[in-house]
Formats: sequence, C-alpha cells, structure tokens
Amino acid sequence: MLAPTRPAAAAARPRPLLLRPTAKVAVFVLCLLPFAWLLRGAILSVMGTNVLGANPAETLIRATGDWTLRLLCITLAVTPLRKLTKQPMLARFRRMLGLFTFFYGCVHFLCYSWLDMGLVWGDIVRDIVKRPFILVGTSALLLMLPLAASSFNRAIKALGPARWQALHRAVYAVVLLGLLHFFWMRSAKSNYAEVSVYAVIIALLLGWRVVDWAQSRRRGD
Amino acid sequence: MPFLRDNGFNHPFPSEITPRTAYEGRRDLLKLLGTGVAGAALASWAARDAHAQTIARAGKLAPLASVRSTISGGATMEKPTAYIDATGYNNFYEFGTDKDDPAKNAHTLKTRPWTVAIEGAVKNPKVYDIEELLKLAPMEERIYRLRCVEGWSMVIPWIGYSLAELIRKVEPTGNAKFVEFVTLADPKTMPFVDSRVLEWPYVEGLRIDEAMNPLALLAFGMYGEVMPNQNGAPVRAVLPWKYGFKSGKSIVKIRFVEKQPATSWVKSASNEYGFYSNVNPEVDHPRWSQATERRIGEDGIFAKKRPTLMFNGYGAQVASLYAGMDLKKNF
Repeated sequence: MLAPTRPAAAAARPRPLLLRPTAKVAVFVLCLLPFAWLLRGAILSVMGTNVLGANPAETLIRATGDWTLRLLCITLAVTPLRKLTKQPMLARFRRMLGLFTFFYGCVHFLCYSWLDMGLVWGDIVRDIVKRPFILVGTSALLLMLPLAASSFNRAIKALGPARWQALHRAVYAVVLLGLLHFFWMRSAKSNYAEVSVYAVIIALLLGWRVVDWAQSRRRGD
Repeated sequence: MPFLRDNGFNHPFPSEITPRTAYEGRRDLLKLLGTGVAGAALASWAARDAHAQTIARAGKLAPLASVRSTISGGATMEKPTAYIDATGYNNFYEFGTDKDDPAKNAHTLKTRPWTVAIEGAVKNPKVYDIEELLKLAPMEERIYRLRCVEGWSMVIPWIGYSLAELIRKVEPTGNAKFVEFVTLADPKTMPFVDSRVLEWPYVEGLRIDEAMNPLALLAFGMYGEVMPNQNGAPVRAVLPWKYGFKSGKSIVKIRFVEKQPATSWVKSASNEYGFYSNVNPEVDHPRWSQATERRIGEDGIFAKKRPTLMFNGYGAQVASLYAGMDLKKNF
C-alpha cells in the first residue's frame, strides 16, 4: 500500500519540535519524574530500605512542597518566555504545567495530613487554624481548586474567555500565598537563602507582567 | 491473681527482648557443657558479658572507654538510634542549616589544641586543656533520649561525666546564679558563622541548680568513641530533659554569672523559644504542636507519631527543680 502523500511544503519544512505530539509527552514525563522518585523512596522506606535520609516523612513533605512551588514558577514563566522568545507554541504546555502544580500541591497536602497528622481530620483542622503558615498553604491549595476545575476546553467556553481569564488571575494570589507559606516555614531557622531565590524569580515573573501591561496600555491596545 | 499472669511475649520495649544471637549462644554453651569442652567457651562468655555493659563501638573514630552509668535515668532501655542517623541528621548551624550540612562540612573543625575557659563567679577560674578535662572525672556511658524542638527524637549513648563534677572543682561563689555556655565561632573553620541566621557565638545557659543536676552531662563522646565533629566535638553539654538546642556544642567557655544569660535562640525569637525550654507536650511551639514526636529510624513513615513525655520522661529526676513555677509562662 502506498503511504498518503504529504503536501510538498510540509515535507520540506518539518513540524517544529514544540508542536510535535511527543513534546507534550516529554513534558508530561518530566513533570512526573520527581513524583516517581519520591514514590519509589516512600515504597523503599516502607520496605525497610531508606533512600530518603534519616527522616523520610519530613523529606517527602518538604520535597513535594518544593516541587509545587517550582512548577508554579515554571507555569508562570510560560507567558513571559512565549512573548520574549516569540515562540507562541509554548502556550500549549501551560495547562499541563498548571495541572501538575495542582497535583503536587495535593500530594504535598496529603503527605502532611497523612505522615505528619496521621489522617486525624479533627487534628488537621485544628492545626490548620492554629498555625498561620499552614493556613496560608491550605488557602493557596484551595484557591488552585477552581483553576484546576475550570481548565478543560468546555469550561473555558462556558465561562467565556474574559471571565475565564479573570478567574485564572487568581494564580497570582496563589504564588504569593505559596511564597509566604515557604517564607513562614523557613522563618523558624531564619534561613531565607532558598526563599529569597524563589522571591527573586517570582518578583521577575510578576514584574515582567506589570511592565508588559503598562506598555500595552501606553500602546493603547 | 494478676501478678501471676504470664505476660508471655508482651515486652514494653523491643530492647528487652533477648536477641536471637544471645539465646542461640546460650544453647551452644549448654551443648558445649555436655561435651566437656566448656572451659574455653566459658571464658569468652564472661568476656562477652563484660563487653555488653556498654554499647558496641561504631568503628569510625578513636575509642573512648567508659562504664555504664548507674545514676537514676542514666541509661534508658530504649534502642539507640543508628549511628548513621545520629551523625548524619544534625542541627549545628555553624556548619549549615540543613540537617545533612554538619556531616558534610564539620570535617574542617580543629579539635586539638582545645581549651575551655572557666570564668566569672568562681573561686578557681581556670583555662582547662581538653586533655585535662578528659581526666577530670571517670567517664560514664549515659543512654539518653534526645528530643529536638522540631518534633523528632533519638536515643543516644553519650560518654562523659556530670557537669556537677566540673562545677564542684571550680567552686562557684554565692553570686553564681546561672551558668553560661559559650561555643566556638571560628569563621575560618565554620562556614556559616558569617551568616545572619543567629547571633554568634552560640550561647546557651542554665540555672545553677539545673546545671548541678546529675543528669546534666558534659559529653566527650558517643557510641563508645570520641565525639564526631558534627555532634559537637570535642566537648558539649547534654541536657536530656530540655529541647536539644539547649545542649551547646563545641564549648570553649563556661561562665558563672549572676544574671540570666541572653541565649542565642531567645535573642533570635523570644516569643518562640524560652530560656528554660524544658520538653513539655502541653506547651506548644507557636507554630507547631509539641504533643508528639517522630523517633528517627524507628517510626515508619506511616506510623502514628509517639506521644512526647513531660521533661522528656525525666520528671522523676528534674521536676523538683521547677516546683511552683508556671511552666506555660516559663517555657
């Protein structure tokens, strides 16, 4: 059987790397790698081999939190990178990255509730109310919930692009709450080295948006 | 009758269960007795029992001989934490704030020559050389629970003697109401002394009667050997009824003073860390509960955390020090 003939133009100019279906698969697998590594560590720990350090529960809680914040920054970097590099197809990955942020946030909360609080819900609720930094972290997670829930195409259509975009601006509150959560956690040791790295990255990501917005206003569009 | 009930295999602590090697050894010995070649075997049996008085050496550093302590609370029956965890999961901010930083960075610490200056309200102020301090009193092995303010705990076989031995030698005067421990702050060997995480040098303190309690230990080693650098070589305090940070590491100065010392963590956050910092499950840290703890290396990741004991379980030995005090105010 003959293979279907492609249009000459497409054959001459292969599809850009970022537009290939495999690119999405690659990003998906990359996003899943930290989770797979931590899951492996947790399983080994239960079986009696320790690869997560002396306090594996703490390692799991902290690492899942770290990855939530990292993925949040990566998600927020998509739009600036897309505009600065003039690569519109980068936008294809934004939804998946956002959903992975929410996924890691949920795993982080599950690790805290299970490994630290033993899934005693009364204790968890009391702990969330008592400890401001946990309240802030929980608020950030709850704020991500409507964003994740309205991420599929039909929800975008149902809300209308303007309302959908307004709703999804909540991500800026999420990132600030997430940073405050991390800052407050680290204030125990007055150890802000890592926090300030995230603060600088987040300031750049949000600062770029302010500048971009001001410029587009001046241009009158 | 309840006291005649056979409790069978109900052991409150795993350490009370006879190890398999021990009971199999006994069976071998009985067999040998039957064959008449027991003489030599009995000799090694006796030697083994003598050895069992202290914890097996870790085999990493120079040995430090000691005898098992006989003081009340001096040797818990709980299983000691694995050496790799006790020396790999540490808070020693002079070498970094991550738990694995001290093990990575503390190799630069120079523990010889080392002196400890005794100053202030004492009849015999003196700069002790570390070799002299090592010989000041007989070395004892003390197996203590260690409860960190962060909510984890370990069981460590320390080697040292009661701080009271040194205090008696230097004879505090009537003005000595408090003892202040000043620890090394050497920017050349301690990479994080330049950081602003805490005020350096790290200072800790006790009331003089607390310091005189026999449980208060001046420790020179652990696990049958000299102190690893990351655990506070060559000499540190160990106060098992207080949160771990009260036990200053790599001490260079012990001062006897009239006023309550301004300790590092109180200066850093007085609303979160008090001068006493006794282990107390009823007084929470402002940012987390102190009611439970995770025993490092013992409790699996899905295990429920174990309840924290008042004074870390040393109430019988130390509670009288705080009679009549409001421990919620004096946290």
